[in-house]
Amino acid sequence: MAKHIVARVDEIPPGERKIVEIGGRTIGVFNVNGSFYALRNRCPHQGGPLCQGRVSGFLMATKPGGEYTYTRRGEILRCPWHGWEFDITTGQSWFDPAKTRVRAYEVHVEGLPMPEEMGKLLPGPYTAETYEVSVDDQQFVVVEVP
Amino acid sequence: MPLPPTIDCDLHNEVPSKESLYPYLPDYWLDYCRESAFTGPDAADYPATIPTSARPGATAIPALSEIQEKALNGAEIGILNCAYRVQSVRNEELAGALATAVNRWQIEHWLEKEPRLRASIVVPSQNPALAAAEIERWGDHPGFIQVILPVRSEAPYGNRRYDPIFEAAVRHNLVVGINFGGAAGNPPTPSGWPSLYIEEYAGMAQIFQSQATSLVMEGAFDRYPELRVAFIEGGFTWLPSLMWRMDKEWKGLRHNTPWVKRAPSLYWREHLRLTIQPVDGPANATHLGQIVEQIDSDEMLLYGSDYPHLHDSESALFATLPVPLEQKIRSENARAFYRL
Amino acid sequence: MAVATAPSALLDRPSSIDVAVIDTDIHITFPSPDVLTNYLAPEWREHHRTFGMRGHQGSHYPRAMPNAARHDSWPAAGGPPGSNLGFVQEQLLDGWNIEYGILNPLVGVGEQRNLAYGAALARAVNEWQLHDWVEPEARLRASVVVPWEDGELAAAEIDHWGGHSAFVQALLIIRTKEPLGRRKYWKMYEAAERNNLPIGIHFGGAGGGPITGAGWPSHYIEDHGGMPQAFQAQVISLIYEGVFERFPGLQIVLIEGGFAWIPPMLWRMDAAWRKLGAETPYLKRPPSEVFREHFWVSTQPMEEPLQREYFRQLLDQLAMDDRLLFATDYPHWDFDAPDQAFPIALDPVRKRNFMAENARRLYGLP
Repeated sequence: MAKHIVARVDEIPPGERKIVEIGGRTIGVFNVNGSFYALRNRCPHQGGPLCQGRVSGFLMATKPGGEYTYTRRGEILRCPWHGWEFDITTGQSWFDPAKTRVRAYEVHVEGLPMPEEMGKLLPGPYTAETYEVSVDDQQFVVVEVP
Repeated sequence: MPLPPTIDCDLHNEVPSKESLYPYLPDYWLDYCRESAFTGPDAADYPATIPTSARPGATAIPALSEIQEKALNGAEIGILNCAYRVQSVRNEELAGALATAVNRWQIEHWLEKEPRLRASIVVPSQNPALAAAEIERWGDHPGFIQVILPVRSEAPYGNRRYDPIFEAAVRHNLVVGINFGGAAGNPPTPSGWPSLYIEEYAGMAQIFQSQATSLVMEGAFDRYPELRVAFIEGGFTWLPSLMWRMDKEWKGLRHNTPWVKRAPSLYWREHLRLTIQPVDGPANATHLGQIVEQIDSDEMLLYGSDYPHLHDSESALFATLPVPLEQKIRSENARAFYRL
Repeated sequence: MAVATAPSALLDRPSSIDVAVIDTDIHITFPSPDVLTNYLAPEWREHHRTFGMRGHQGSHYPRAMPNAARHDSWPAAGGPPGSNLGFVQEQLLDGWNIEYGILNPLVGVGEQRNLAYGAALARAVNEWQLHDWVEPEARLRASVVVPWEDGELAAAEIDHWGGHSAFVQALLIIRTKEPLGRRKYWKMYEAAERNNLPIGIHFGGAGGGPITGAGWPSHYIEDHGGMPQAFQAQVISLIYEGVFERFPGLQIVLIEGGFAWIPPMLWRMDAAWRKLGAETPYLKRPPSEVFREHFWVSTQPMEEPLQREYFRQLLDQLAMDDRLLFATDYPHWDFDAPDQAFPIALDPVRKRNFMAENARRLYGLP
């Protein structure tokens, strides 16, 4: 595992991101409420630059006109091409898998526990590649790539 | 091994004339029908003179004896889908009175005379509250197992305005059957009124596709998890392509209809059934077998002869299927779905 | 510790496609409203500024993303997606090594209720395509935008550009006011045939009526996902109303409608024709035969079946290997990436034909 400094901590304030290149890979580093997460800038669906997508929240509802549950604001990344939703903290796609093809990536699950509401929608087959992120000396955001 | 008797989910009992309904109308509407220019609903789904309206040896408006002799032969149960289009009658009170009369006529002339028959409640669905009252009136009658709606409607059926109909249907354990035709006043295509009958006929499949989409995307199955919908005489070979398209759309646009919790194809496999006529099959039987495989469910297809209408034989379909699946389509799927 | 660097490319992994690519659906738009005004005939400029575009209101399904565009397609230099030639070159033409690209501007011309104004807009848009896009970039070709609701005006626009090598087709949108087989559109077909230009019919638009044959749905996904039904209705109309018997040289390109709906629709059309053909005595052949001789189909949005094997079955059922055309739909959000879009590995012949050779033949490209 090689460690790379990607930014000073204050370069990526909460809600912001920085896209960098490390060893031929493009990687987006996101600050979600003070915690840093890194995803490969490549959607496992058709290869879109995932980390350039819109960051939003996760909306569920019981039925039209029913109760809306809007959670995880700032933690859900939508691919800029086809709008598929990914959890920034885990790289997990969120839609029902049906029988679509699965491409396996190693996932480092960390960060926030999964709220109850998200469990109602089954995780999709795709996982964006994620990387370990740490803060070095409280100054630098460091990404570890294999 | 001989196949067991069929459950035929699509037989037509059409009202021969407005006079047929006279015994069942209240005095006011009886005299209105006699004295005014009213001749019947303004719909032309199956004009009697059109080749597809009656197969050889059949009549476009068959009597009970003809249905018994030609359609119920070999059938365990036959489900009547009366296509009297009260939805085209803009006077909603008249539409409601006509619907009640049609349903009483169905009981006296069909259900009480032939125990193998079941029928569908005709409702003025352009006014969902009136329609719900009509379902309420007949919902506990053992002969009625379905509410019948024309596929052409003023708004797609997933729209919440139709909730009273679905609520009443679910409460009375009735299937909602959506069938070919209707005269809601809207053009039947996304680009206006076509010139020819054949365009309307072939194009009806697209309206079924739109209704399938609407029922899922507008959350009808989330509001009524018990709702069962049968598509009658809309074909089925288009279903895989619609599944692929709408599953794909949903993956990207899920957050716009957040009550849709699973891929649309999964909702359809659970809540939707389709009768097999018209088969609309290809010349190449292998392709037809592929379509049945692509539906990815052995429960969705229901046998329906669509008597007296003219269609290609279903033998090509059954020739491609393994016997257990044929048996399911001929009777078991309908028995389970209609809870017969 | 090593230090990360700025990204060297727009995409993490560059295109790896090993055949020529012709993109049959690229959308461009104006960097600013003035551009169009400058190309308008002087007598229409004041009208354009004062009254402006008036289409068919009441069919508003806000798209899930601004301009229906990829979030990464907004030029850094400003302006909307598809408005900056330099960025289109960098992100699309160079990024994917595209040999030729067909421009399909969707700028509301044919939907204008004021037909004469629509005709003036069409001319301005066509001048703009020629001077601002095709002349500076040799890889691009344009589509003649026409005021399609008036057959004669549309024919005049086609005749105006028909001999110009920059223009390779006329362009309509799928949601016309009336079904396209109807006679009011026939002068346009006559002109297309006369000028040997195919007619492209693209996803979208608003002809004033609801997108379904059962009234107005509620959500963008029903409008967007309902377009295949609109395509089916137009094919049904064009074939049954005898357009190809009257104009045997006419070729139609269906753009951004997908293609999985085609086999079952053709089976149904053939079955109906066998029984109801007396209504269309001029139609001597099964509709499926007419379709395979007169229609070309773009592959976008790519079909993504439940099982990959179903995609092979679909290609067999379709039997139109010589008429499928790859398209990206750049810069729209349902973009298909040239090296990633197909759900199966295509054999080399199909791959070459779908990605470029069918389009080369259709549009007469070198």
